[in-house]
Amino acid sequence: MKYIAAAAMLLASTSAFAAVHTVETGPDAQERLQEALIIAEPGDTVEIGAGRFELTDGLSLDVANVTVRGAGPDSSILDFSNQVGSGEGLLVTSDDVVLRDFAVENTRGDGIKSKEADRIVYHNIRVEWTRGPHPDNGAYGIYPVESTHVLVDGTTVTGSSDAGIYVGQSDQIVVRNNIVSYNVAGIEIENSMHADVYNNIATNNTGGVLVFDLPNLPQVGGHSTRIFHNLITDNNTANFAHEGNIVASVPAGMGIMVMANRNVHVFENVIGDHGTGNVLIVSYTETFDDENYNPYPREVLLERNAHGRAGYAPDIPGGEALAAALGGSLPPILWDGTGEIVLSNDEASVVSLGLTQAGQPLTDAQPRPVSLATDDVPETPAAVVLPETMEAALR
Amino acid sequence: MIRAFAALAGWLTLVSASAPAPVATELIAGDTLPRTLSEFHFFTDGIGQTPNERVTHYTLNTPLFSDYAIKNRFVYVPEGQTATYNADGVFEFPVGSALIKSFGYPADFRDADSPVRWLETRVLLRRADGWVALPYVWNEDGSDAVLRRAGRRIPVSWIDAQGAQQAIDYRVPNQNQCKTCHSNNDEIALIGPNARNLNDGQRLAQWVDWSILDRAPAGAPRVPVWNDESDGTLDQRARAYLDINCAHCHSRSGSASNSGLFLGYNEVDQVARGILKRPVAAGRGSGGRDYDIEPGHPERSIFVFRMRSQDPGIAMPELGRGMLHEEGIALIERYIAAMDEPG
Repeated sequence: MKYIAAAAMLLASTSAFAAVHTVETGPDAQERLQEALIIAEPGDTVEIGAGRFELTDGLSLDVANVTVRGAGPDSSILDFSNQVGSGEGLLVTSDDVVLRDFAVENTRGDGIKSKEADRIVYHNIRVEWTRGPHPDNGAYGIYPVESTHVLVDGTTVTGSSDAGIYVGQSDQIVVRNNIVSYNVAGIEIENSMHADVYNNIATNNTGGVLVFDLPNLPQVGGHSTRIFHNLITDNNTANFAHEGNIVASVPAGMGIMVMANRNVHVFENVIGDHGTGNVLIVSYTETFDDENYNPYPREVLLERNAHGRAGYAPDIPGGEALAAALGGSLPPILWDGTGEIVLSNDEASVVSLGLTQAGQPLTDAQPRPVSLATDDVPETPAAVVLPETMEAALR
Repeated sequence: MIRAFAALAGWLTLVSASAPAPVATELIAGDTLPRTLSEFHFFTDGIGQTPNERVTHYTLNTPLFSDYAIKNRFVYVPEGQTATYNADGVFEFPVGSALIKSFGYPADFRDADSPVRWLETRVLLRRADGWVALPYVWNEDGSDAVLRRAGRRIPVSWIDAQGAQQAIDYRVPNQNQCKTCHSNNDEIALIGPNARNLNDGQRLAQWVDWSILDRAPAGAPRVPVWNDESDGTLDQRARAYLDINCAHCHSRSGSASNSGLFLGYNEVDQVARGILKRPVAAGRGSGGRDYDIEPGHPERSIFVFRMRSQDPGIAMPELGRGMLHEEGIALIERYIAAMDEPG
């Protein structure tokens, strides 16, 4: 049977010499798996057998156009519970790689990282810290960075002490059909351009979906993100990130947070049951020294989102007093008052903190209900279209 | 007649014993991955590491810390060719060149004559399309070293310079991990052999004399020996240490380019150097601290937290360090403590 599958794959492949390197559990799994990832040639498949692989060191792939495929996210498990080396479980540094149908558990650092790996596909992957939320869990579950064309589809990420799915300093990104829960941030798009985030379920994180831009990085100026058709509910897990990280500042009970980004459209999502707010739109508040960096939110639009309950347990300084002043709870949409062209046609009320400058102290706040409604709806960012080879890899 | 023939045969044996096969330049420049180290003929006596013709031993002013392993470094440049001098970066080596580095532990660091257990020899081969990095692990009996592309862990123990017993599972890097550190714009690059780290006042001129290097300008830059207080200021020695231990990844074209933290010796951007720089993707590597370096406060700086950790999710450098480098940590603590507090 396996032989037939291998033959079929051989036929389907573009290279006449494509090979399948199958690695099963057993002694020396670490070396055998790593060896397969090294000797694979472009066009080859590394097949991870069913079972639990007890690994002590990170794995890495640096060969382009290789598929790493397991027998399913509950069958082929790369278990890093006893990891003693490397900053992540699996590191990919080559282009046109497909990762699918396996799980990574309990890495000491990040789960799977891909760096400068263009056209990377993550599909039907599970990354999990099995003890649930804990500050000593690894930072990111799925971590593509500095890449063009990124697809994260059908993954499940649980327990990251930073972001479950984190896409950083990349361009042309699709994050869809994922389930992220019990992470500090469910999904985070940071310092990136052209991202579509849709059909995801983000629940029981500290914050559901974040779109951020940070200073002093090689790529700054994140813009053009669409967040739509997601179910973002009950993200009220207490923040368990280590201080110093930007996500440590994310208040618990937060659905979507947009910080220092441009051209972000949030539409047709279901967002509810958030103690602080369903949507928070803010500038970057820390001091910085980077002339290329803009700390303000600009061209942010909310439309046709269905809002559930929000603002009943605000996790922000002075939140309780503010809620009391506003009749017992905060409105679903919170805006710090800074930036340009911040708009909402949602049927949900908005409070502005009345700030005018990034980094202004909260003691300057002059909170008041505002309307951000507009008839002059700005054009939605264009849909991200990935190369057909990436979509074909899912079939 | 027979006696004369026998004498001739004996003489031939003698000559061939005293003139070992030359370094296999064609193997270095070729496209195969030789299974054993001996095939290259870098050494005339295997694990004894007596260098063959045109194989030259060298040291660096400030080396990379590798869990206290001692290192034997050699350079090979084919006959009739030289490396090209470069004041800023690493030298450009001609095709067929090789850099060879062995890692081992003396049984007792207090005793200069203590026998050394050599674990592995890594080679960098200069081929037409760039460098290739390969790790070779020595056999138990030391008869040869065998290519281990997937790396390996080797239990090793020794008595350290303070007389304490030490034991670790030494990590031989896999071929990809070689590249993680030796990466520059996605190509394999050298780390150590640049003018500033090789320049000990004599070596560059010697390399010219020995036709390894094309020229050695009088004003060649030099970094100090990191642990010799008479050799440079605290700031210079700390920057030299960070340069060789961190900057292979933490550069604009290295594996940690996304971090925005850049630690090359001549980096002038203070935020890029980590001063009042907030972490980006450090996760729990931040240790609850706000800045990579908080001037005047090593105890509040992420640098020290990560250098002090042995947890693979926190420890820096990420690869090749399973132990704390106490002397290196002390240097960086002093470097940060000596900085003026902000404001």
